[in-house]
Amino acid sequence: MLAHLPILQVVVPLMVAPVAALMRRRGAGWLLAILGTWAAFGIAVLLLIQVLAEGTIIYSLGGWAAPWGIEYRVDTVSAYVLVIVAGMGAIVTPYARLSVAREVGYKQAPLLYSGLLLCLSGLLGITITGDVFNLFVFLEISSISAYALIAMGPDRRALHASYKYLIMGSIGATFIVIGIGMMYMMTGTLNMADLAVRLPQVGNRTITVAFAFLTVGISLKLALFPLHAWLPDAYTYAPSAVTAFLASTATKVAVYVLLRVFFSIFGVVFAFETMTLYWVLLPLALMAILSASLTAIYQENVKRLLAYSSVAQIGYIILGISLASVTGLTAGILHLFNHALIKATLFMAMGAVMYQMGSVRIEAMRGLGNKMPWTMAAFVAGGLSLIGVPLTVGFVSKWYLVLGLVEFGMWEVALLVLAGSLMAVVYIWKVVEVAYFKEFMGDLEVREAPLSLLIPIWVLVAANFYFGIDASLTTRVARSAAELLLGMGP
Amino acid sequence: MRILGLYNYWFFIFLMMVGFYILISRRNLVKKILGLNIFQTSVFIFYISMGKISGGTAPILIEGAEGVVYSNPLPHVLILTAIVVGVSTTAVALAIVVRMKEAYGTIEGDEITALDNENPF
Repeated sequence: MLAHLPILQVVVPLMVAPVAALMRRRGAGWLLAILGTWAAFGIAVLLLIQVLAEGTIIYSLGGWAAPWGIEYRVDTVSAYVLVIVAGMGAIVTPYARLSVAREVGYKQAPLLYSGLLLCLSGLLGITITGDVFNLFVFLEISSISAYALIAMGPDRRALHASYKYLIMGSIGATFIVIGIGMMYMMTGTLNMADLAVRLPQVGNRTITVAFAFLTVGISLKLALFPLHAWLPDAYTYAPSAVTAFLASTATKVAVYVLLRVFFSIFGVVFAFETMTLYWVLLPLALMAILSASLTAIYQENVKRLLAYSSVAQIGYIILGISLASVTGLTAGILHLFNHALIKATLFMAMGAVMYQMGSVRIEAMRGLGNKMPWTMAAFVAGGLSLIGVPLTVGFVSKWYLVLGLVEFGMWEVALLVLAGSLMAVVYIWKVVEVAYFKEFMGDLEVREAPLSLLIPIWVLVAANFYFGIDASLTTRVARSAAELLLGMGP
Repeated sequence: MRILGLYNYWFFIFLMMVGFYILISRRNLVKKILGLNIFQTSVFIFYISMGKISGGTAPILIEGAEGVVYSNPLPHVLILTAIVVGVSTTAVALAIVVRMKEAYGTIEGDEITALDNENPF
């Protein structure tokens, strides 16, 4: 059983998904989804423990050895991302029941849970596989279910958002297949470890083109500025639970793919020295931070505001990665986890507001600090973490990012990062001001959100502070992942 | 001659650009999907032609037939998967367009954007 954990990680949610879709009894689909996501989370934690204790796990599907068969490979990086993705699935699903029932309706809820499980298994598959074509297939499983999930949003604009995401996402995926095809053409292999050995031996223009196609394709998927146009609409109009899930997992997994392709397949020397990727990623990351933060300040819809903030936060992650140093990568990888926690907290708090008020426009928050104290307190806590106040997770990753920048003497860039944080203060304050310093205007009956929404939110808030105060575990894992990617550690 | 010899890649690039152009220039949602399909089909041709070896035949092992050159079947198998992915993407896209026609009463991208901006949410 333990030996088969890598495949069970993907297969369990994949198998539960169609069963959940068939459930007709109220709540049955949800219960199955809980079962599937928690099983996946349990497996992910077991895998992480096993990897930290014994090193990389290699699992050959069907017993076919690596270059011919498909290989699942769990190292520190992938085990870490598996825990993030499965953990977010496990925390969003309990939260989803009431929120989905109100926004999507009981009738369609089983389909939504089915889509959520499919998306989860796709994301887990991307993370665990050691085969590039398998990665593409899982990428499409997760993307297609994400399109369907977004289209289920209560507003008709959800359909348009989903359509735009579908077009952009398919272009990105097709670019990735072209890149994979060119790599296969030159090396005759699809296995990542094998590719890493063979690519440097080939080293001609086809490889360069493959690299370019892969970079653009993955950047589309992770919404790197200026390829982020699909993200704000998709996050704004999707059902709240779906937004919380996608915001904390989908782009993170795309960043993981980026790490794999740059560091594990092409290698840091080719990617950053021959292709001078540094000069591509660093300016784009900075523009993402500054322009998206600025745009966020002017948003009237809080979900859209947070979506733009997500684009900015992806900028921080990419900025860390672009340094290609241990500290920089540690910062990027840490922020993967930390940003997942932060954004899930904020989007779930907004989901609770949506549940009670039926709107997430800033005017709808007037006086909510009194009416929904726990929800808004969670929002403030998540906001503090987003800004990067000490004792929160946001501080830890920004600290490492600034350290990494200072290592290279890039004081100007470090200042720009801090400017981005200041802009986060402005847009979070906009919401806080309306919620706490304006009079409540609407229906006097508005009460605090139900406990089944509040508990998952506060579990995340607690995690925000716990991993902010005692960052030793996350930092240790992130650093060993960074060393692994740079080929320095075990 | 080298450029002509690589004609399959020219087809691939041409089809890809045709598809991409339709995708970007058209405003009609169904036409955009058609563009996306042509774009994806170009990649199928790229993969399929990549496995061809001149003089190569179908990879079926026959006893006694020594020294036969086979085409590489793996890209063909891979692209079967990609075709399935393409079909399902198209299905989802068309389903969304049907729902949009019901919700907006039009499938012209411009009109839908205008309707979206009428009442900011």
